[in-house]
Amino acid sequence: MRRYRFTYQKSEALRYVGNLDLHKIWERAFRRAKLPLAYSQGFHPQPRLVQASPLPLGLTGKAELIDAWITEPLQAGNLMQKLAPVLPPGIAIHKVTAVDLSQPALPTQVHAARYGVTLLDPLPAEELQARLDELLQADSLPRRRRNKSYDLRPLIEDARLDDSAGEPGLILQLAARQGATGRADEVLDALGIPLHAARIERLQLLLG
Amino acid sequence: MTPDEIKRRLERILLKVQKPGRYVGGEYNQIVKSWQGVKTRVALVFPDIYDIGIPNLGIAILYDALNRRSDVLAERAYAPWVDMEEEMRRAGIPLYALESKHALIDFDIVGLSLPYATLYTNALNLLDLAGIPVRAQQRQDNQPLVIAGGQSTFNPEPMAAFIDAFVIGEGEMIANDIVDVHQQWRDSHTSRQDLLRALSQISGVYVPSLYEPQYHPDGTVAAIEKLYEKTPLPVVKRIVPVMPPPPTRFVVPSIGVVHNRVSIEIMRGCSRGCRFCHAGMVNRPVRERSVAQIIDAIQEALDATGFEEVALLSLSSSDYTNIVELVETIIRRFEGKNLTISLPSLRIESFSVDLLEQLKGARQGSFTLAPEAATDSMRSIINKPIASEQLLETARHIYCRGWKTIKLYFMIGHPCETLNDVKAIADLCHAVLAEGRKIIGRRANLHIGVSTFVPKPHTPFQWVACDSLENITAKQDLLRKQLHGAGLKLNWSDPKDTMLEAVLSRGDRRMAEVIYLAWKGGARLDAWQDQVNHHAWRSAYDEAGLDPCFYTHRQRPLDERLPWDHINTGVSRRFLARDFLASQEGKLRPDCRLLCHACGILPLFRDLRPHNLDSRWKCPDSISEELSPSPEDA
Repeated sequence: MRRYRFTYQKSEALRYVGNLDLHKIWERAFRRAKLPLAYSQGFHPQPRLVQASPLPLGLTGKAELIDAWITEPLQAGNLMQKLAPVLPPGIAIHKVTAVDLSQPALPTQVHAARYGVTLLDPLPAEELQARLDELLQADSLPRRRRNKSYDLRPLIEDARLDDSAGEPGLILQLAARQGATGRADEVLDALGIPLHAARIERLQLLLG
Repeated sequence: MTPDEIKRRLERILLKVQKPGRYVGGEYNQIVKSWQGVKTRVALVFPDIYDIGIPNLGIAILYDALNRRSDVLAERAYAPWVDMEEEMRRAGIPLYALESKHALIDFDIVGLSLPYATLYTNALNLLDLAGIPVRAQQRQDNQPLVIAGGQSTFNPEPMAAFIDAFVIGEGEMIANDIVDVHQQWRDSHTSRQDLLRALSQISGVYVPSLYEPQYHPDGTVAAIEKLYEKTPLPVVKRIVPVMPPPPTRFVVPSIGVVHNRVSIEIMRGCSRGCRFCHAGMVNRPVRERSVAQIIDAIQEALDATGFEEVALLSLSSSDYTNIVELVETIIRRFEGKNLTISLPSLRIESFSVDLLEQLKGARQGSFTLAPEAATDSMRSIINKPIASEQLLETARHIYCRGWKTIKLYFMIGHPCETLNDVKAIADLCHAVLAEGRKIIGRRANLHIGVSTFVPKPHTPFQWVACDSLENITAKQDLLRKQLHGAGLKLNWSDPKDTMLEAVLSRGDRRMAEVIYLAWKGGARLDAWQDQVNHHAWRSAYDEAGLDPCFYTHRQRPLDERLPWDHINTGVSRRFLARDFLASQEGKLRPDCRLLCHACGILPLFRDLRPHNLDSRWKCPDSISEELSPSPEDA
């Protein structure tokens, strides 16, 4: 059994596909590629695929990570070659690397994620900066999500203006530790920007 | 509206609705062709939500058949759920096709699939959402041609006002014929009326505007008149003499839908002759695919989709001639691949348990059987004879082999049914559960689904009245009272839903007004129990001045002209009447693979019948007690 890590892009229509469904999409791609995934033990054997961190519905991902356990030893390049033609539109693999079987689970290695935000209704840079300043100066940002209270502020590691795409946008770096994950849409909401008026891309997952 | 504008507006609303993945396309195996590179653009529409529409095999067959042509593109559209419809209307987004996001009104042909009648208001709603005039008469020359097909269109009359042309019967070949005629018409630059006339010349196409029904003062149909001399009367359904290779490159949805699987039709038609069964009557003759063709198709489809489940579809799997060979080959070929294979519609006999035991994987669901009735007299009336002892014997086998749950389907409201027949259902269920208890104790479960019979057009029961509301209620009360407690779960259908289904499937052309008014009054998603709007339907009947009971609760004399009599399914009215009378005498009619009962299929399709052994229809050469077919049968 070998373990491989795939770095891939999730975009286009798959932006509107949630995490569980994405799992199935990978599973079926491996089946089409005739790459035998290892199965978990137990009463309901499941193919062994582990995503680094769920990408919320509506976001695209520039460099997402998933680990797959395959029963046959294969060259990483070979894997890429077999998978590329059977991926649905919206998934493109950038990189495949072999990973030591003993490495800790991928989700436990992630500590933060970086996001790029573009606004469909652009705001003036000064206005956006002012809102950002207010957000970052707060000692705490108490919020409720799914009937649970939490503080958003400590989860924001960095938030700043970015105009590299022409219009003013945002770059966020949010904590993504297990049990302490900042959501980009929550930050946008705190900034008074509705999710459906923004494009959010997760740029990078930071492993530690 | 351009696709780009539609996409721009969509981005603003998709994150406000549930399951936005329904509305974006982009699935693996979708076919996107150059809009400019083809002559004819077809939108295939399933008028219910994506989750229900994706697994539909009819759409998959046509999508495959049409996209094989280099001069045609076929794309898909489904009904938006309530939240999405609201957002689309607010944002001014017309119904669009998933592949290219072109508005439906920009297509040449819109093909609606109507497998059941509770989709009718959805069909109107979708046309409206597309900006296509809902009434066929109001469509302009440059607007899409609206076609409908599917099992419910064997009685096309209730939808006649909204559809330009119906496909009666099987669509594989006819779809291509329609495209050809459309292309010739477009090159000829003549009127829409000319197109409709030309379409009426295709075998199996029914153009309702070329016919006019006349009514007696009492509201029954007096005659159907042709308004164009060359249009056929009756309209004979179309069949494929030999089943072509099945589609295998199924669209793989990116989100979970009701059935996430490969579907392979192993057989078409059914020889059992259950008298309540619309599908069994209208899909004759029986044609089977070869084991080799099925196995190849499964392999191809699994390779092309990566699905983990395969469903082998037919009206009666046990009757597939080489069922044992098929199952054994599947096991040999696909064992150890973590696949789930489903084989629905099995006969009630222990042999079925053997079959499914071979197929069952690690996951074990429930075992489903459909006895339909619980007394011998009722079974004779509906022509589905299964001895209670045989059901109990089968149940014992099922519980013995490790299944913990059996699902039984029954129907109430059959002609001549009494409360005793219904009480027998409860008794039989208790007896089945008792068998389970003896074998696996309190882990034994029994789920019981009880639907209410609707006398369907083109069946031997087409003349009978639906059971009265009071009777149905009393029968359901009795079942509810008797079938509860540990291990038992009872499901039944709301009689109001059943009556809506009945009136829609049995209606004549005047029903169109009711459908229109009901839709205007807010009716849609009638197949959804939490959405169906009976109030809108009641108001629509009142406003149209039609009494639903005229269609549902009136025993029709055998010589009454029925609204669907000008549609010929190949099974003659004469045979249906004979079979109805046989039911009244409690006479069984054995499986017609054994003995031909002269239903009329053979003489009608004499010229199509293949002669090579592989693709022979399952009609025997010997004719039963019955006389040779009369001119009426032909």
